Amino acid sequence: MTDTPAPRHIPDRLDKPLNSAIFSWEALLVAVAVAIFAVNSFASPYFLDAWSLSDLTFNFTEKALIALAMALLIISGEIDLSVAAIIALASTMMGMAVQAGAGTPVLVAIGILVGLGCGAFNGLLVTRLGLPSIVVTIGTMSLFRGIAFIVLGDQAYKGYPPSFAFFGQGYVWWVVSFELTLFLVAAVIYWFVLHRTSFGRRVFAIGNNPVAAQFSGVRVDRIKFILFCLTGLMAGIASVLITSRLGSTRPSIAQGYELEVITMVVLGGVSILGGAGSVVGVVLAALIMGLVTFGLGLLNVPGIVMSIFIGLLLIIVIALPIIWRRVRRERFT
Amino acid sequence: MDTTAQLNPTTEQPLAAAPRLTLSGISKSFPGVRALHDVSLSLYPGQVTALIGENGAGKSTLVKIMTGIYQPDAGTISIDGKAVTLPSAHAAFGHGITAIHQETVLFDDLTVAENIFLGHAPRSRFGTIDWRTMRKNAREVLDTMGAGHIDADARLKDLGIANKHLVAVARAMSIDAQIVIMDEPTAALSLKEIEELFLLIEFLKSEGKAILFISHKFDEIYRIADRYTVFRDGEMVGEGLIRDAGQSQIVRMMVGRAVDHIFPQRKAEIGAPVLTVSGLSHPTEFDDIGFELHRGEILGFYGLVGAGRSEVMQAIAGITRTSSGTITLEGKSIAPKSAADSIDAGIVYVPEERGKQGVVIGLPIFQNISLPSLKRTSKSGMLRLAEEFALARSYTERLDLRASSLSQDVGTLSGGNQQKIVIAKWLATAPKVIILDEPTKGIDIGSKAAVHGFMAELVAQGLSVIMVSSELPEILGMSDRVIVMREGRIASVYDNKGLDAETLVKTAAGIAA
Repeated sequence: MTDTPAPRHIPDRLDKPLNSAIFSWEALLVAVAVAIFAVNSFASPYFLDAWSLSDLTFNFTEKALIALAMALLIISGEIDLSVAAIIALASTMMGMAVQAGAGTPVLVAIGILVGLGCGAFNGLLVTRLGLPSIVVTIGTMSLFRGIAFIVLGDQAYKGYPPSFAFFGQGYVWWVVSFELTLFLVAAVIYWFVLHRTSFGRRVFAIGNNPVAAQFSGVRVDRIKFILFCLTGLMAGIASVLITSRLGSTRPSIAQGYELEVITMVVLGGVSILGGAGSVVGVVLAALIMGLVTFGLGLLNVPGIVMSIFIGLLLIIVIALPIIWRRVRRERFT
Repeated sequence: MDTTAQLNPTTEQPLAAAPRLTLSGISKSFPGVRALHDVSLSLYPGQVTALIGENGAGKSTLVKIMTGIYQPDAGTISIDGKAVTLPSAHAAFGHGITAIHQETVLFDDLTVAENIFLGHAPRSRFGTIDWRTMRKNAREVLDTMGAGHIDADARLKDLGIANKHLVAVARAMSIDAQIVIMDEPTAALSLKEIEELFLLIEFLKSEGKAILFISHKFDEIYRIADRYTVFRDGEMVGEGLIRDAGQSQIVRMMVGRAVDHIFPQRKAEIGAPVLTVSGLSHPTEFDDIGFELHRGEILGFYGLVGAGRSEVMQAIAGITRTSSGTITLEGKSIAPKSAADSIDAGIVYVPEERGKQGVVIGLPIFQNISLPSLKRTSKSGMLRLAEEFALARSYTERLDLRASSLSQDVGTLSGGNQQKIVIAKWLATAPKVIILDEPTKGIDIGSKAAVHGFMAELVAQGLSVIMVSSELPEILGMSDRVIVMREGRIASVYDNKGLDAETLVKTAAGIAA
């Protein structure tokens, strides 16, 4: 070596060009949200109203709660397709408890614990048996909802106590619902966990290279198990909210929610291949999904068209980040 | 294989004729590495030429050039005296060059017949594959080889490795390949299977094929080869008839090299034992491993690829489980169940596979370095970036890392600089014992020197180092003692005083000294 002077100082980070903030995925999401908001307010005279906007939030809060945990799970390189089925099973169990005369605190506990248990079951199958999560959770998706169908048939559970209605229908202050408040609090917690703790750092490491993470002393299986439990827990919480909002349980409750949850996560900039993503992006994506479905609802677009729209959105958001990164690479490197 | 088909291997064939394939003046460089420099090689019809050299001598690069996967920077290739170019694997195939690799490159889910005739299947009048003829031809080819026991309709995945080799040879026969390259074909075979393979090679010789045989095992080379060519550091250093050359002569050609790299001088102050391993066994990989590692010592582990060195080290580091044995660190018995356990105990393993097991590409430099030390750099589970940057800075600067910032993605660094990150990340856990598995494999000379200098510094500070290496100069230049492993066992332990490369190579290959 000829050019080897004394140890050189390596800076912590280089000054980021303003470009990279402007062209970040989150910035794009903000722009899209503003655009859809503007379109909605032109399209319908009823849109710009405090109560209207409050109603809008009910379109995404329940799914977005699950999306927070799902984001961490997908970043770690796994996925859970059974979340909507967990909602159905947890709701069915709550319904059975109501028939047996359970009160509100017991109902909430059952909803949450059933969710947690289902998540733990998924986690055990994936980490202990080493099965791919996509296969495991397709299986448990049928299993959990199948149980709900067997228990309920074409019946519905009703008769939830009046105090139970607060979780899905109550307001904390003025137009700010309990659901929205819970979501915002959860979002802050998940942001902190993913971006500010060593647990979150390990999640990113696992998603980028599980083997190197394991060699580096990361307990990969333990962390993945915890993430499946968290996802199940959030599905359990969502089940309490939905059941409370609807006031009844049918076996078809929350049908197809898993796709909307995953769409939110991917639209939020989380790499479907794992290893990258942010909670801020997922929150913005949830807001966009809420704005779109609510806007279409205001315009009296039928449900079937809405599902076509969600399908298109899912394909676009999986393709867009890939195209986006390609463009960025050309611009900045 | 049918033993009645045995040919008489003692027949003295006149060794001469014109070469079938001649490579001359071949050079090939990759960014930062000169893989081949002005090498030549000739293969003769009806003869086996053994290509001999240490790991990294350029053997595989040459095979890839011969099979059209790499293009040489300079040099000519001629077949039967006519110059040819091999711009693709398909072109090499068309010229009758075929290779049988350690891990055979065939298609597991296709049948034997389909594998043999893939790409040149017999066609019916309508342009569709003529399955009947294909099966019939496949059986004929297998029969001529004395491999009639293989069912042409069997799925390849249901065959053992030895039979897969036979299918690969049958494929070569079916295209009437004149040049057959065998790259360590015996590495995964049992003794009996090796015997069968040798009979097959005799058969190919009798058919007039020119064969290139690559192996690390001297008994095999002397058993089957007619000629040899020795490579060292990407250059051809000797060739001739095997019957005129002794084993010691060939070993000397393999290892005797000009000093191109000066290893750091260090004052050996070797202390009490730190790590004691005894009776460590694994069901398949290694057996009854026992040794002591002292404070301030560099203990070298030498052996052929597949001798079980990495597997032993991964067991000590808690990554793989053992069936029996004990590990004692500073008088305390430990039984690590995961890498996390052994890191906590003070043993770290720096893996050989830098990209797969070492760095986390996608994360910036400082996060890679802090990953095994997150417990120390965080407080009650919360990240403290300032601590992480400080840790990363102190180690990267000691290792003379070249990077524009600590927030740069490790994927954008060169191999040598990535290796520095890999060493830094495990070193930052402040271990008592550090195990380095091929610490300078595939990195440039400058980075090698930095890594070696740093190792000397570490032991001077009282750390103990185990260095697994297949590079003889490194083993001889850095180790205080050398353990040679062969076939999952410790073959010998040497004090590195007056130790020479030939002794190590002979012990590793199982040649009586």
